[in-house]
Amino acid sequence: MDLNYSAEELAFRDQARDWLAKSLPAELKDKGHYSKDELLRWHRILAKQGWVAPAWPKEWGGTGWNVVQRYIFEEELGYSGGPPLIPFGLTMCAPVLLRFGTEAQKKRFLPRIYQGEDFWCQGYSEPGSGSDLASLKTRAILKADKYIVNGQKIWTTLAHYADWIFCLVRTDPTVEKRQEGISFLLIDMKTPGITVRPLILMDGAHEVNEVFFDDVKVPAENLVHEEGKGWTVAKYLLGYERMNTGRIGESKRQLARLKEIAAGKMKDMRFRDRLSRLEIELIALEITNLRFLDRMRRTGQPPGADVSMLKIKGTEIQQGLTELAMECIDPLAGDETSMALQKKYLTTRKTTIYAGSNEIQRNIIAKMTLGL
Amino acid sequence: MNFDYSEEQQLLADSVRRFLQNKYQFEDRKKIIAGEGWSSDVWAKLAEMGLTGLPLSPDYGGFGGGAVDLMSVMEAFGEALVLEPLLPTLMAARLVGRAASDAQKRALLPAVAEGRLRMVFAASPKANVVGAPAAHKLLCLLEKDLFIADAAEVPMKPYRTLDNMLAARIDFSPSKADLLAKDAGAAVEEALDFATALVCAEAVGAMKFSCDTTLEYLKTRKQFGVPIGTFQALQHRIVDMFISYEQAKSMACLACSKVDSSENPAERARAVSAAKIKVADAARHVSQESVQLHGGMGMSEELKVSHSFRRLTVLARQCGDADHHLERFASL
Repeated sequence: MDLNYSAEELAFRDQARDWLAKSLPAELKDKGHYSKDELLRWHRILAKQGWVAPAWPKEWGGTGWNVVQRYIFEEELGYSGGPPLIPFGLTMCAPVLLRFGTEAQKKRFLPRIYQGEDFWCQGYSEPGSGSDLASLKTRAILKADKYIVNGQKIWTTLAHYADWIFCLVRTDPTVEKRQEGISFLLIDMKTPGITVRPLILMDGAHEVNEVFFDDVKVPAENLVHEEGKGWTVAKYLLGYERMNTGRIGESKRQLARLKEIAAGKMKDMRFRDRLSRLEIELIALEITNLRFLDRMRRTGQPPGADVSMLKIKGTEIQQGLTELAMECIDPLAGDETSMALQKKYLTTRKTTIYAGSNEIQRNIIAKMTLGL
Repeated sequence: MNFDYSEEQQLLADSVRRFLQNKYQFEDRKKIIAGEGWSSDVWAKLAEMGLTGLPLSPDYGGFGGGAVDLMSVMEAFGEALVLEPLLPTLMAARLVGRAASDAQKRALLPAVAEGRLRMVFAASPKANVVGAPAAHKLLCLLEKDLFIADAAEVPMKPYRTLDNMLAARIDFSPSKADLLAKDAGAAVEEALDFATALVCAEAVGAMKFSCDTTLEYLKTRKQFGVPIGTFQALQHRIVDMFISYEQAKSMACLACSKVDSSENPAERARAVSAAKIKVADAARHVSQESVQLHGGMGMSEELKVSHSFRRLTVLARQCGDADHHLERFASL
């Protein structure tokens, strides 16, 4: 056991760090919100370098890096302060296509995802189906060679930017086990009958939407895997080896910025100790993440419910960082910098709710890991 | 970067675990507590397995191991709530190895490696020292200088700690002691970091026991006609216990690895203090929840979980509590 990076790993890290520092346009650094153009600009810079989808198989553009290298790169990418890589195409739709898609689907969609030509969003949650996702009602009925889709999705992140949406839809409402009536469908956002309505969150930002489907016609060839296997696909994604679930690089950057902001407050021992404890939580999360990767490397098993633990701790840390940052400023301040810090606190409350609330993550660990 | 145990480390950990499973069940431990508080038979077996010489230099009969080599051993000790003062002896031996003259090392360390000599360290002349009643030699820091005395020459009042460890209140006087090293501050700090990292590993082992046994209880204890583990309120609480355990284990790995590899004392100290803070917090969380989820049974002397509770309560504060290490972490 040696928790220090090897000389090769350090060289790899330095190379990634230098390239990221050199390649990230200054005007894209550390912004709270990014436009579609800004998101895609950074995506395409990474794609041109061949680094936008390291985990993909090499034939589709993956780098062939081992898990530690991939982890190092993810962390450096997060630490760079650039726009986030939007996961819906790169680390959600693509792994699904690679695992379950037809050759035609892979050829049609993967290169465009890689190059940042298609912007994807995710259609899972519905007004009546949040944590109880399997109760979803958006209906897809196959008529001849088309599915007719009716229903509504909600909390759809960046649907107003999206060219495509991957959806869980109900193709069979009669099966006894309701999960077996769900299918995974790819829908072109330009199809007639789709309406996107903004939902403004409490920080005032437009990030999520409602998406309405009104007799939307979707070619049957856009079904992924078999009809009724949508839940299998969704579960696969849940355990998919996402290196970045804990968002450690981003939190490290936030921690470094927090220390700058908090310089005047470090004499306050109550504050200082809370900051130290949070920093230690982050160190512990990083090592835990590396231990899981190491286990994955040794056993060849996907991480499964381990991802849930990283999600819980990672999001708690993100929230803790924004909370401490907010405490460094006057609660009645109205200047731009102060307001940005306060809004960051507001928007970060979402992290323990989205992508399977932390309570759902605990359910998953209880069931999958502990056998309860 | 790797988390693998070497083949040798794995074999040793397996044989220690096998021994503890066969000879150190809860009932065996009870008998030791009812007797002298430690077992010379167990000690002889630990020496036979090579544990007393593991982290000592090969020049003095040891195997040249480090904190990582001892980590899984201490985890196994934590799970079994082992009473024998191995870590105090190895900590004192490390201090001798770093601070004493070659002649002193020759006089002491081979005997430690062979299991014939037990030593303990006291950070001040009047101190509560775990393992002192079973020790042959006592090391004591007076100002900046390190002294050594025959334990028989040191007035001491033996007692048992909250978690049934054999300890003594000592009254160390330099008049009947020999100087071991002048200006030993840095060596003491290093040896304390070594011991702290391994206390973390021991606490991780005790946490593993508390988590596992509580999970088992949730699966078997029935109320309202069903196992209580079907209740979400309890599921979420035990999930959080396991998360605390995993986080603590990660920090113990970090601390042991840095004790072995770090050339920079500040880097080492920072990792060790960070680990102790996390382990202290996790030990408190896991131990308290393990008792709560056992209900009344968790309070009972008859169940090992209440003994693990006491051990974790002490380990959380041994080698410096969370507040002490927060102060140190922030100053580095």
